[in-house]
Formats: sequence, C-alpha cells, structure tokens
Amino acid sequence: MTTTSDRRITTVVSDFLDVQKDAIVAQWADSSFFRSVAQDSDQAAGDSAEVLHGMRKAVAAGEADNPGAEGFDDLRSLLTALASQLDGNESVSPRTAVEVSELKQPLLRLWQDEADAELLTAGALVLSTAVDTLRLVLVDAALAAAKDTLAIQREQLTELSTPVIKLWDGVLAIPLIGTLDSMRSQVATESLLQSIMTDQAKVAILDITGVPTVDTMVAQHLLKTAMAARLMGAECVISGIRPQIANTMVQLGIDLGEVATRARLADALAYALNRLGLEVGAAAGPGVV
Amino acid sequence: MAGVPIVNLNGVLLVTIQEELLDQSVAEFESDLTEKVVEARARGVLIDVSVLDVIDSFLARTLHDIAAITSLMAARTVVVGMRPAVAITLVELGLTLPGLLTALSVEEGLSLLAPPAGHARTALR
Repeated sequence: MTTTSDRRITTVVSDFLDVQKDAIVAQWADSSFFRSVAQDSDQAAGDSAEVLHGMRKAVAAGEADNPGAEGFDDLRSLLTALASQLDGNESVSPRTAVEVSELKQPLLRLWQDEADAELLTAGALVLSTAVDTLRLVLVDAALAAAKDTLAIQREQLTELSTPVIKLWDGVLAIPLIGTLDSMRSQVATESLLQSIMTDQAKVAILDITGVPTVDTMVAQHLLKTAMAARLMGAECVISGIRPQIANTMVQLGIDLGEVATRARLADALAYALNRLGLEVGAAAGPGVV
Repeated sequence: MAGVPIVNLNGVLLVTIQEELLDQSVAEFESDLTEKVVEARARGVLIDVSVLDVIDSFLARTLHDIAAITSLMAARTVVVGMRPAVAITLVELGLTLPGLLTALSVEEGLSLLAPPAGHARTALR
C-alpha cells in the first residue's frame, strides 16, 4: 500500500511534527478547543503536547487516516477525560468539532513555511487527515462516555423504582411505577421474592397504580411473580387496577386466574390483614393524642 | 448414601432434603416417604427444601406426585422454604405445581397441618 513517495512524505511530516513540536504546542494551547477543556494554560500545553505526540506516532506509522491506530489509541483515555470536562457545561456539540478543525490552521501554516514545494500538497493532506481522524476519535470517545453515563443512570433508575415496603408484620407491598420493561420487572420480582423470604411475609401486594398501561406482557409478569410467591408459601394480591385498566385487560382477554385483585391499595391491605386473621376496627372511645 | 431422613413429629412427617438428589435417590425418596405415611398413619407431610439451590423438573414433578399420592392416603403435603431463585426458575419452566400446598417456614407449615380445633387426636386412632 505504501509506495516509496508515501513513505517519504510520512517521514518528512513526522519529522516536521517533531521539530516544530514547541511551536505547534504553543499555538494549540492557545486554541479555543484546548482552552475550553483545560483549567489553565499549563494544562492546555500539557494536553496539546500529548495529543501532538499521539498524532505524530500515528503519522509516523503511516496510519493518519486510521482511528484505531496505536497513536490515537493512546489518546483515547485523555480525550475521554477532555470530553467529560466538556460534559459539565455542554455536550460534544458541532462547535467542539469545529474547534478541533481549527487545530489544522496553525499546523498547516507552519507546514507551509517549512516544507519543500514538491511535498507541500501531499504533506498538507496527511496533516489534514490526521486532524480529521483526531476529531473522529474525540467524538467516538465522547459517545462512549455518554453511553456509560446512560447505563449507570439506567441502573440507578432500576434500583430506585423498585422499593419493597413493609406495610405490616407479614405484609409487603411493592409499588410498581412507570413502564415495566423486562429488565425492570425482573428486578422487581427478584427483590420482592427476596424480601418475602427475609421478612417471612405471608402476603405480598403488587400495586400497579403507577403503571400507565397493562398489556399482555405486564400481566404475564404479574402472574409469574404471583406463582413464584405461591411456590415459596406466600400469597400475592394485585392492587391499583383502575377501571380503564380492568377494561383493557378484559378486552385483551387477560385472565389473572386465582390471583386476588383489588381496586385500591387500601382494599388490598384490608384483604391481607384478613388473611392474617387480623381485624381493624374503631377504638371504643374517642382517640386521645 | 443413607437416603433422606424422615422424622415423625406427632403425626406429621418432617422431611428435610439436605443436598441435591440424583434422579435415582429422588425415586427412592418418593417410595420411602409414601410407605412411611402409611406406617405412621400420618396426617401430614412437611418437605423442607430451603437448602436446595436447584430444583429440577424431575424433583418438582416428584414433589407434585407425592402431594397427590399422600392426599389419596388422607395426608396433606406442604412444601416449605422454597428459595426465590428456585421459585422463579420453576415458574419460567412452566412448573407452577397447582394444588401443591406451600409455606414459608417449617413452623408455618406445621400450623397449616394442625388438626382442626376441638378435634381430639385420640379420636383419630
């Protein structure tokens, strides 16, 4: 792939990057990109020196156009850190991409002053490609970082949205809120069953007041949870079935079988207390607080 | 292997399965237990599976069969202490074991099997 002239350009350009290192770093450190991600000018200089080093390595290897090149790979962790710096105030925007492109200008100006006429165009092309690839790697790193953040938040949401509440000795409730996808419903089931075991709860209330719609999949999941609880020796009650939801369930032909259902959580609690042989009644006299 | 120990507690047979059973041992356990029910004239059987991390479909079916067999001999079977993961797996396998009595703990299982109040035990014998 690399012809003799290609190799010569590669060598000349990487030598140029090495010789002009200080001049390039000085100009880059002053560019809007490095200024926006660094705390102070020292750090901007350090960062740009590191970026230049990685870029030179890739150019020297003749891989200016390959984002997976070793030189660019070395930069990945630095760029991820820089991207997360940006994240604080803004996400990686088109502006950032433009700012990275602006790194080209000082580079090309210096090259113009230095290079032989015959290599001018070819060398400029290599440098330009290298900066473009750098931009690609930066966006890639930023996307990866955003993806990680998303995964972490998703996990936190799952944990937050499935609290198991102890309503009475032997009575647990789990308020299901929001759309139930398969992962969330699985987590809910597992934490409910685990609590049934640790609390030795005889009745568990699945409250679906906060679930906007009940389709066959959600119903299936509720049934499975109820069955598993029964196998463990506990009973499940489903509460919070609003008229519209009951209507939809009938339209869809969903049969909850032997699982007890109640319209409101209060009714379900009354049912649970009844199953435990407990009774709630008015006190004889007026309540004294 | 010595087989699964069966303890007679005043008319209730308490069986604690202590380790994973091979299919052969499961079959032996089933016949041992049903014979013991007749011998002890038991009114109930408690099978404690709280130690088991895994209940395969064969053992699940056997538990179900034992419940059906003992009910023919007027003894009720309660499966006790099934773990959450085991319960989920059985449900996912479609083995919901309808009709099988279950309880959270041995104590609760015993109270399920308690003779109806006012029913003198001597009257049974």
